[in-house]
Amino acid sequence: MTKPAQRTFFQRLTRYYAFFTLGFAAFLVSLAVLEKEGMPRVWIGYMFMFATIVLYASIGLVSRTSNVSEYYVAGRRVPALYNGMATAADWISAASFISLAGSLYLHGFDGLAYVMGWTGGYCLVALLIAPYLRKFGQYTIPDFLAARYGGAQGGRAVRLFAVTATIVVSFTYVVAQIYAVGLIASRFTGVDFSVGIFLGLASILVCSFLGGMRAITWTQVAQYIIILAAFLIPAMWLSAKHSDNPIPQVAYGKLLPQLSAREAALMNDDKEAQVRAIFCTRADDYQRRLDGLPYSWETGRASLQHYLDNVRLRNASLLEIRNAERALIAYPKNADDAVAIWTALRDENVARSRRITPHAAPFPGATAEESDIKRNNFLALALCMMLGTAALPHILMRSYTTPSVDQARVSVFWTLFFILLIYLTIPALAVLVKYDVYTALVGSDFAHLPTWVSYWANVDRANPLISIADVNGDGIVQLAEIAIDGDVLVLATPEIAGLPYVISGLVAAGGLAAALSTADGLLLAISNALSHDVYYKIVDPKASTQKRVTISKLILLGVAFVAAYSASTKPGDILSLVGAAFSLAASTLFPALVVGVFWRRANGYGALAGMATGFLVCQFYMLHTNPVLGGSAADQWFHIAPISAAVFGVPAGLLALIVVSLLTPPPDARSVALVDYVRRPE
Amino acid sequence: MDDRTHWDKTRRLTAILLLAWLLTGFGAVFFARELTGLTILGWPLSFYLAAQGASLLYLALIGIYAWRMRRLDRQLRERA
Repeated sequence: MTKPAQRTFFQRLTRYYAFFTLGFAAFLVSLAVLEKEGMPRVWIGYMFMFATIVLYASIGLVSRTSNVSEYYVAGRRVPALYNGMATAADWISAASFISLAGSLYLHGFDGLAYVMGWTGGYCLVALLIAPYLRKFGQYTIPDFLAARYGGAQGGRAVRLFAVTATIVVSFTYVVAQIYAVGLIASRFTGVDFSVGIFLGLASILVCSFLGGMRAITWTQVAQYIIILAAFLIPAMWLSAKHSDNPIPQVAYGKLLPQLSAREAALMNDDKEAQVRAIFCTRADDYQRRLDGLPYSWETGRASLQHYLDNVRLRNASLLEIRNAERALIAYPKNADDAVAIWTALRDENVARSRRITPHAAPFPGATAEESDIKRNNFLALALCMMLGTAALPHILMRSYTTPSVDQARVSVFWTLFFILLIYLTIPALAVLVKYDVYTALVGSDFAHLPTWVSYWANVDRANPLISIADVNGDGIVQLAEIAIDGDVLVLATPEIAGLPYVISGLVAAGGLAAALSTADGLLLAISNALSHDVYYKIVDPKASTQKRVTISKLILLGVAFVAAYSASTKPGDILSLVGAAFSLAASTLFPALVVGVFWRRANGYGALAGMATGFLVCQFYMLHTNPVLGGSAADQWFHIAPISAAVFGVPAGLLALIVVSLLTPPPDARSVALVDYVRRPE
Repeated sequence: MDDRTHWDKTRRLTAILLLAWLLTGFGAVFFARELTGLTILGWPLSFYLAAQGASLLYLALIGIYAWRMRRLDRQLRERA
């Protein structure tokens, strides 16, 4: 496309999205008016859910295509600014939107490792990878690795390995996104969890199935606008409420010292100490029961049974009998069950008996050593998130879609800019909500809890987002009596700020947009790896372009259903594995991608050895040290948590790549020519 | 300027910016405890650096890279 043509295209896009933003604002205002007129809350939830899904589907319908270049790389004509916006939406997942603020609320300074890691990673993308991928100018990440490390037979093995890594990394991630879609849909509209999943899936599919990368790109830009509005409006409102300054990123600096003062006051409060002591006793009690197994399980069960018989005999009230029956049903089924349940309860009570840690204090620890371990883990985690960001196929894939190398570099700048609009607000939001909870909720009367507390306590009864109980029976809320799930923070902000329900609906729509946009990108990354790299490049290189796109669409459909099915089984551990996906991506793909550009001598054997070593070291460390996967925390090296396994995986992969490359013959002329080609400017 | 010098300059720029990237992250985190006492405009310095300062610096690094590389590319085109 020529320069003037690019400019008119950019102007046209800007006009479209300006109209879209205005239309969306009008939609919000009209819903707000309808709410005033008495439209029920459920309907507002439905309206948001369906309006946004129909919107995404229609963008997909308008951008439908069967052209290979349009389907895989949006015709390589997405202007840097819009590519940045789309990548930002691609990047901001349900975890960023909903859980990150909560994690900062719960962990204070230590949670900032994610903010630093997920923004710093873009430096690596911009400096080391994106411009060179764009210059290379093919379709997928395995494409680049296979061409660079080609050789006589190596290309196929490298490609297959890269495809496997892409799929392993993206699949865990996409299941988590679809899981979040189901969660948000079911919480806000009351539909069943699995119905929510399939509604979300429908919109993902109409979009990516019909138009591939092209449809996804234009949908993601629209989704970004919704995400931004959904995140900023409540945060700004809350900020204005507490500090008379509607810019939360600036305002929370003033609140932070006030919050610290409040924390200090609460730390020395007698009532707080009393509640913590009660939790401590409860934890001890569970420990005693655990020590007395299996005998303690039998006596516990017998005494509950005895109590139930007693209640029945003396003809007590129905409620009392019910409660006794319920207690018996909830009792562990056997001694093994009891170990699991009582250990969890003991840990929960131990956690709640701890003193509060100041929000702004870096690496709080009882001893200097403990504090050092926390600092090292912070560094390791931030580094892994950075390296992982620079190796996520669905993000890197987007550098192919810009018109030129220069635009690819500028696009990374815009990507981080748009991500920062959200990410700089997240620490602010955490402080604002914390300040609200510490000053307004703590110390209030149990009889007059704010409505948002009771509302969110009842939304999901199995795993309450916030639970609050008068533990010491004084009728006044103590901080230690509040158990809060991080996820409630963003979802409840509109109510905490005292905004109408429309804004709650908007926040749900934003969360949905965040999850859907990321899921879109990931599904495309997986199906492209399968259709382009496996089918077209290996199985049937003579396939017509028409056939390639059709196969791609069919694979997309299949992958989407498998992912949705996996999400509908509600795998609890999948969420904890998402962080692991970053380490895995970094260890496997990062060394091969970067060394491929910056070191001519690297060859196919080295790349294979590097990818395999990185993958295995990372995998080994996670299996070895993650209790969820059957390892033990005692085996950690330098006390580094399993989520940061890439700290070992990346250097190991790098070392293997270099050593094996030097031991084997240099790469052939074609590979060297490719390196020179991607380095040369356009 | 030929391809060779262009690549050398690109490499030097990349190395300098990578060093800045490393120092930003490492410095802000490693010395966070030592910086807690300091405040700028009411912000505790270490918290500000980790929450916003480092990220803004990262954005600046990417901006500088895109700007310098555009100039470098143009120089090469003009000489050729």
